[in-house]
Amino acid sequence: MRAQFVLSEIGVGLRRNLTMTFAVVVSVALSLALFGGSLLLRDQVSTMKGYWYDKVNVSVFLCNKSDAESDPNCAKGAVTTEQKKQIESDLDKMSVVESVTHESADEAYKHYKEQFGDSPLASSLTPDQMQESYRIKLKDPEKYQVIATAFDGRDGVQSVQDQKGILDNLFGLLNGMNWAALAVMALMLIVALMLIVNTVRVSAFSRRRETGIMRLVGASSFYIQMPFIMEAAVAGAIGGVVACVMLLVGRYFIIDHGLALSEKLNLINFIGWDAVLAKLPLVLAIGLLMPAMAAFFALRKYLKV
Amino acid sequence: MIRFDNVSKVYPKQTRPALREVSLEVERGEFVFLVGSSGSGKSTFLRLVLREERASHGQVHVLGKDLARLSNWKVPQMRRQLGTVFQDFRLLPNKTVAENVAFAQEVIGKSRGEIRKSVPQVLDLVGLGGKEDRMPGELSGGEQQRVAIARAFVNRPKLLIADEPTGNLDPQTSVGIMKLLDRINRTGTTVVMATHDQNIVDQMRKRVIELEKGRLVRDQARGVYGYQH
Repeated sequence: MRAQFVLSEIGVGLRRNLTMTFAVVVSVALSLALFGGSLLLRDQVSTMKGYWYDKVNVSVFLCNKSDAESDPNCAKGAVTTEQKKQIESDLDKMSVVESVTHESADEAYKHYKEQFGDSPLASSLTPDQMQESYRIKLKDPEKYQVIATAFDGRDGVQSVQDQKGILDNLFGLLNGMNWAALAVMALMLIVALMLIVNTVRVSAFSRRRETGIMRLVGASSFYIQMPFIMEAAVAGAIGGVVACVMLLVGRYFIIDHGLALSEKLNLINFIGWDAVLAKLPLVLAIGLLMPAMAAFFALRKYLKV
Repeated sequence: MIRFDNVSKVYPKQTRPALREVSLEVERGEFVFLVGSSGSGKSTFLRLVLREERASHGQVHVLGKDLARLSNWKVPQMRRQLGTVFQDFRLLPNKTVAENVAFAQEVIGKSRGEIRKSVPQVLDLVGLGGKEDRMPGELSGGEQQRVAIARAFVNRPKLLIADEPTGNLDPQTSVGIMKLLDRINRTGTTVVMATHDQNIVDQMRKRVIELEKGRLVRDQARGVYGYQH
């Protein structure tokens, strides 16, 4: 009778543990997927910023030979050496300008290659298709209009671009998404940790007879605690694996297929598989260690050793 | 074996101490009865010896070690030299008799060869030879307590602590258990046994230590249960 009672008690504890273990796996998987996703989003942003983003505010693009045929701004032909000298001396006189860098077509080609790598668009380009440009850093980034009015429409100038204005909205959005992902991750992480603590409490309770005997016959606390920590670590590792799968599947569907952003937005350079793969070991390690640590600290409270 | 120097124990949130200035010494190879009514401090005394609790004042020495100075991670080592038997047997219901005994050796990392040798030996000693593969639920109370004693003794402890080992047993079965504990005592193991069982104490004529409201009121060689009974 007594044995039967105890057996059913352990059975109940184990069944409760099964649902709890499932909950731990799901919450760890979600929080780690969000964590990995936010790391990847950050990678994506830095990939998109390219070479000049953090260095300059305004770019003055000059006409090249092919522009002379296709672009009305460049109807008078490619930029001449005289025009360039004029632009340089004008820039020198302007008080809002902090520094000017001249980027030759060859340099532009090199930077483009660095950013876009071997994408089909990049490999079809040749250096003489690239535009020369003046990259200008302003003392006050808001004074973009001064440069625009001075050089827009001038002979030899194809366009004046507010470098940051174009991308800042997009980056603002991505940044917001990143923070949102991190906030949800933090919540999920707290949920996961609380679930682990609770799971440990339940299994410590249902196995108090074994652990009590272990303690009395002199089992080391490590020996007594190990099964509990292993339980949490295994559940966490499964969660980590699920998170990894979610990241891989996520990249596949968002970038390559399904949403297929890489086809719709072919001017944007997307993160590659290598960036995703590089995050997986970290995600797995956190999935394994974090629940184990949570279990360890929970045991100090719920399991006397 | 055991030395208490002026030991007091006050549990948190309680004003009345569970033990008050108890001093006593138990020598190697002794058999000691610890008697007293419920709440007299018997359990606290045993818990202090097992270092489940620490003394509030005074010093507790067990097996030559000052338990107050024993760091937590060394406690398991100390407990391996102690055997413990309880009123409720504390067997694992889903393990066989042999597995229950072997459990005490497995968890302290004894080799499988050692376990295979010592488990049948100790089961023979307690009179359970041939019942290795039974489950505890299939055994009588007396037999279950023998399993518990086998488990407590399998690591050959120097000191055996028994907390009312006959409390759940009928008088006849209790006598058998006492004979077994006496036999273990004769192998040189010190036995400290807390009990309410007047007949047993009166029959055995061993040293009797009586506690009352946490105080040591009697320490008598070859004593009986109590004057008033």
